[in-house]
Amino acid sequence: MNKKFTIRDLNIRYDHQVALSDCNMDVFANEILGVIGPSNSGKTSFLRTLNRMIDLNNQAVVEGEVLMDGKDVFIDLSVEDLRKRVGMVFASPICLPMSIYENIVYGPRRHGRRKKDELDSLVEESLKASFLWDEVKNRLHTSALRLSGGQQQRLCIARSLANDPEVILFDEPCSGLDPISTAKVEEALVELKQKYTIIFVTNNVKQAARISDRVAFFLMSQLIELDQTQTIFTSPNDKRTEDYVSGRFG
Amino acid sequence: MKEKLIQKSLFLIATSAISILVLITFFIFKEGSPLFLKKGFFSVVFGSDWSPIEGHFGVWPFIVGSIWVTVGALVLGVPLALACSIFLVEFAPKKLRLWVKPAIELLAGIPSVVYGFIGVVILVPLIRVYFGGTGFSVLASSVVLAIMILPTIIGISMDSLSAVPPSYREGSLALGATPWQTVYRVVLPAARSGVLASVILGMGRAIGETMAVIMVAGNAVRIPGALTDSVRTLTSNIALEMGYAIGDHRMALFATGIILFGFIMVLNISANLLTRKK
Amino acid sequence: MLKLHQPLLVDKAVKVLFWALTFFTLIILFFILGFLLKKGLPVVSWEFLTQPIRDMGKSGGIFPSIIGTIYLTLLGVVLATPLGVGTAIYLVEYTRESRMTRAIRFGADCLAGIPSIIFGMFGFVFFVITLKMGWSLISGALTIAFMVLPTIIRTAEEALKSVPQGYREVSFSLGSGKWQTVLHAVLPRALPGILTGVVLSIGRCVGETAAVIFTAGSALGLPLSIFDSTRTLSVHFYILAREGISMENAYGTAVVLVLSILLINIFAYTLMNRYISKNS
Repeated sequence: MNKKFTIRDLNIRYDHQVALSDCNMDVFANEILGVIGPSNSGKTSFLRTLNRMIDLNNQAVVEGEVLMDGKDVFIDLSVEDLRKRVGMVFASPICLPMSIYENIVYGPRRHGRRKKDELDSLVEESLKASFLWDEVKNRLHTSALRLSGGQQQRLCIARSLANDPEVILFDEPCSGLDPISTAKVEEALVELKQKYTIIFVTNNVKQAARISDRVAFFLMSQLIELDQTQTIFTSPNDKRTEDYVSGRFG
Repeated sequence: MKEKLIQKSLFLIATSAISILVLITFFIFKEGSPLFLKKGFFSVVFGSDWSPIEGHFGVWPFIVGSIWVTVGALVLGVPLALACSIFLVEFAPKKLRLWVKPAIELLAGIPSVVYGFIGVVILVPLIRVYFGGTGFSVLASSVVLAIMILPTIIGISMDSLSAVPPSYREGSLALGATPWQTVYRVVLPAARSGVLASVILGMGRAIGETMAVIMVAGNAVRIPGALTDSVRTLTSNIALEMGYAIGDHRMALFATGIILFGFIMVLNISANLLTRKK
Repeated sequence: MLKLHQPLLVDKAVKVLFWALTFFTLIILFFILGFLLKKGLPVVSWEFLTQPIRDMGKSGGIFPSIIGTIYLTLLGVVLATPLGVGTAIYLVEYTRESRMTRAIRFGADCLAGIPSIIFGMFGFVFFVITLKMGWSLISGALTIAFMVLPTIIRTAEEALKSVPQGYREVSFSLGSGKWQTVLHAVLPRALPGILTGVVLSIGRCVGETAAVIFTAGSALGLPLSIFDSTRTLSVHFYILAREGISMENAYGTAVVLVLSILLINIFAYTLMNRYISKNS
């Protein structure tokens, strides 16, 4: 299989507090990789390293290699280009205080796409791909803040898609949503796998079991185990993984 | 590349406030300090003879004048302002507070010349009738200034009283203290530095006020001996003679400015230290 | 006093006293307003607003002063706003707390505390004399621009700080650069707050006398270029009242002055309130 990310000896610290130590893993193209683990296990720091959002925290120190298609994200790629190729959806849906339409074209506009008909079709495609089109097609120019939580989160997904990314990172995308909205977001995720590589962090072990191809388990700043979803949930190698997925702690 | 350029330009813009401060300080000192060298610092500051035509530039009467009217304004204004802010924050119904605070802040926008004018047409005649003298006096200036600093003090001390956590009040009330005891023993001490800062800022406003004072103070060049005496402050001295002063005379006005500047800086820095401690 | 045996009685007394004092304060403030309106409103007429100043202000209207005030204020605010907003953007978006930012804030605080007469003196020696701009709109505008700069910095800073961090993150995560993020994700949201500061500054400029009289002068005519001297409403009012030229016209000018400032400030407050309720 095609490797999308190759991560070698990744260490992340905040000042002197270790967030992740000696992480090695590969992420394959067009897979859904679920990242599970209790809070403060380093999973969000890991995720934010892949699109260098971690740069925003000026106390963070990152060592090691993160290669995307063989290129080091910290050296070979410009940060704007990297983030265009690696989209991100946050824990709580953060819609910018503008219309639905403007939210979606925000990214493309910043990357110099100006033609109206091009943007129009981009909006339609992205909203269709995130299963939101039917619900909002008649009110594209109303404020995005009037959508429900689940709709807002799908709008955030559409907004990432509009940038035509290769990878999409999800940081606990369903943590604030009700079960029905969660189901819709999950449906969108599985569908997106056809075209994109998806890495999502979740606190919800069952969610990881439902939708991911492979699962990575982080604990106390370390990658404990990474394997097929099936294996992780039925016969994990590590006792700690078994304890966590069976709900004995965390 | 472009980002770097933007960052550099924003940095340059950000230094404007300090540069302006330095520029102003530099020019005031450049224009005024030669007088201290020429006549001697002490003879300027403590000299009480101000007759520009004969070349005597003692600003002591104006320093005393500024202190008189400022202290007068604080004595009249501070209790009133504190009573207002305590009442509005602690005792008044919320609806009243929501109305009164913006109203008071809006009144802070009335220009100082207008306050001075009201002083001339209402206050000065009253003082003339009831206290004697011409009415243009320390008392008139203090009253006008007291009214002018009310909004400043009320605004800031209301903010710092509101910032005291409700749990402090609840704790005190739960121990059986009355509301006033709670305010006096718990809320005021907790809000102390903010309230003090508001008073200092009010003081700064009073000592720096010019136009309103000129209109009601009488502006005689002598140390006032009574509340009904005419008085001239540092600021009014500058504004009154700035229009026609040349040579040493103008230098002396800038020297007056330096002294005023000194007072203001001391007040600014103490207010700054007080609010930073929090 | 608190050791009295009847603390509740003390409480009652204090409350009544404070009520009375608050009432008294409000009476004073509203009396001033009412008095002015009563004396001045009858003077204000269409002619008063549109006629030139005649006989040094004894007769005629205040038209040149209205125009001069508008020019001077707008020019001052237009000069100060980019500096103020730029400073705020630098402080909030481009740096972290450091010695530099503390120095900048301290400078702004000090500037805010400097009395307007000092700005006036400075403007007089610097713009009018050293830079040979003379008594003119531009000297006056530069002086008041310096004067209101701290207000604009402060309010813009607060407005930028109140923009949720998430907006910046979203914008960055979509691959925008720093400046694009500030321009497209942060500024639109902070705009009402920034505008509030600008409007408050306008109000302050309109009412300013000491800083303006020595820099913009007191010419009676209509200013035709930025190098012309002008007499703003507050300066005109000061001269009318102080030299006893015409009490009637002084009241009229005062009413125009006070009402326009109140309107400007009320506008600023409604802007701020709508902004606050939208934010929460």
